[in-house]
Amino acid sequence: MAEPLVVMQDVNKHFGDLHVLKDINLTVGKGEVVILIGPSGSGKSTLCRTINRLETFETGSISIDGKQLPEEGKALADLRADVGMVFQSFNLFAHKTILENVTLGPIKVRGVPKAEADTRARELLERVGVAHQAAKYPAQLSGGQQQRVAIARSLAMNPKVMLFDEPTSALDPEMINEVLDVMVELARSGMTMIVVTHEMGFARKAANRVVFLDGGQIVEQADPETFFTNPTSERAKDFLSKILTH
Amino acid sequence: MGDILSNYNVLGAFWVTIQLSVLAAIGSLLIGTVVAIMRVSPVAVLRGLGTAYVNIIRNTPLTLLMVFSVLGLSLLLGLQISEQASTNAYWWAVIMLSVYHAAFVCEALRSGVNTIPAGQAEAARSIGLTFAQSLREVLLPQAFRGAIAPLGSTLIALIKNTTVAALILGATEAAGTLSKITENEGAQLPIFFLFALGFVLLTLPLGVLFTSMSQRLAVKR
Repeated sequence: MAEPLVVMQDVNKHFGDLHVLKDINLTVGKGEVVILIGPSGSGKSTLCRTINRLETFETGSISIDGKQLPEEGKALADLRADVGMVFQSFNLFAHKTILENVTLGPIKVRGVPKAEADTRARELLERVGVAHQAAKYPAQLSGGQQQRVAIARSLAMNPKVMLFDEPTSALDPEMINEVLDVMVELARSGMTMIVVTHEMGFARKAANRVVFLDGGQIVEQADPETFFTNPTSERAKDFLSKILTH
Repeated sequence: MGDILSNYNVLGAFWVTIQLSVLAAIGSLLIGTVVAIMRVSPVAVLRGLGTAYVNIIRNTPLTLLMVFSVLGLSLLLGLQISEQASTNAYWWAVIMLSVYHAAFVCEALRSGVNTIPAGQAEAARSIGLTFAQSLREVLLPQAFRGAIAPLGSTLIALIKNTTVAALILGATEAAGTLSKITENEGAQLPIFFLFALGFVLLTLPLGVLFTSMSQRLAVKR
C-alpha cells in the first residue's frame, strides 16, 4: 500500500448514550479512493466528518500526513485547509458569486493575490464544467452545478485529501452523473478521496476499497468487486441484498 | 405660530434629534454586533454575558437609564464626560441610547444569524477559515442581510426614543422644545402636529428604504 495519509486509531465517539463510532481503525494511503458504505445510522457520515473535526471524538487519534489533528484554533484551521470537504447539501456561500466561492479560501487562508486566485478559480470551474456560471449566485444554479462548484471550491485549496459526505444524495437523478463524472476524473488524477456514498457504479469505476460500517463499527473492507459480489459478513450480505434489488 | 417659530429654534431642535439618532445608531450597531457575536460564540462565558446584557438592558425602561446616567453615574459616582453640564448630558444621552438599543440590535442580528443554515458555517470552517474569518466573511454578511428589516424597526424606534433624552437634555432636542413651547405659549394643536410631522419625515422614508433594502439584499437560497 502507498504511504499512509489519513490514519485513524481507536477512534470512539458518543452522541449522549449512543456509541456512534466504536474503535475505528482506518488507514487511507496517498492516492487511494475509499468508499464508506453502510445503513442509515451506521456512523459513516460521522466518521467522515471527524476526519476534519467537524465532529469531535472522545478517544483515539487521527493524523493527516503525519500530523495529529489539533483540537481547535489556528492549528485546526490550517489543517482543515489541507482537507477538502464536499457536503450533501453543497453549502456554497449563498451571498457570494460562484467565482467568489472558489477564491475565498485561497485569498483569505492561503494569502494568494486576487488576480492569481481568479485565474486558478476559472481553470477549476472550467475543469468541472461550470465556467460560464462564474458571475452567478449559488441559488441560480442547479443542484448538480452547485455540487460541482463545491468540488472546485475544495480543489482550489490544493487539498491533500478530499472528503465527500453523500455528495449525490440531495441531487435529482439526472444530475447525479455529472457530479460522479467529475469525481471519477478526480480519482483518476490521483486525488486521495474518502467518499460516503451508495453509488455502486462510482465505487466500481473509481474506488480502491470499500469499507462497510454498521452500528458504528467497521464490519468488513474489501476491493469493490469482491465486496459487491462476494461479501463475507452476514450484515453486509443483508445490506447489499436490500439495496441491490432495486 | 409664526411668532413661535421665530422665537424658538425648531429646526435646531430637530437637528439635535438627528445628531442623537445618527450617533446612537452607530453606537448601538457597534455594541449590538459585539454582543451578538458573544451570544453566538462557542465560549459559554461570553454567551452568558451576552444573554445577561440583553435581558438586563432590554427589560430596563429607557427613562430609567437616562435618569440613572446623569443622576447616578454622573452626579453620584462622578463619571463626568465634560465639565459643561449640557455637553455632559448630551454624550450621556448618546451612550444610553446606544447601550439600550444595542440589546435590540443584538436580537435583530441573532434572528439574522438564525436564518443561516448550519452548513454555511461548516463549509467556512472546512476551507480553513478561522472563527473570526468565518464570522467576517460568511456569517455576519448573511446575518446583516437577513436582519435588515428588524434593524430598520430598531432604528425607527431609536429615532422616536431620542425624545426620552429630553429628560436630561432639556429644550435642546425636539421633544424638549415642544414641551417648552407648550409651557410658555400654551398648548396648540398646529404646533403639536408640526412636531409630529417632523418625526414622520424622519422615520417614514427610512421605513420605505429598509423594506426595499431587505428585499433587494435578501440572500437567495
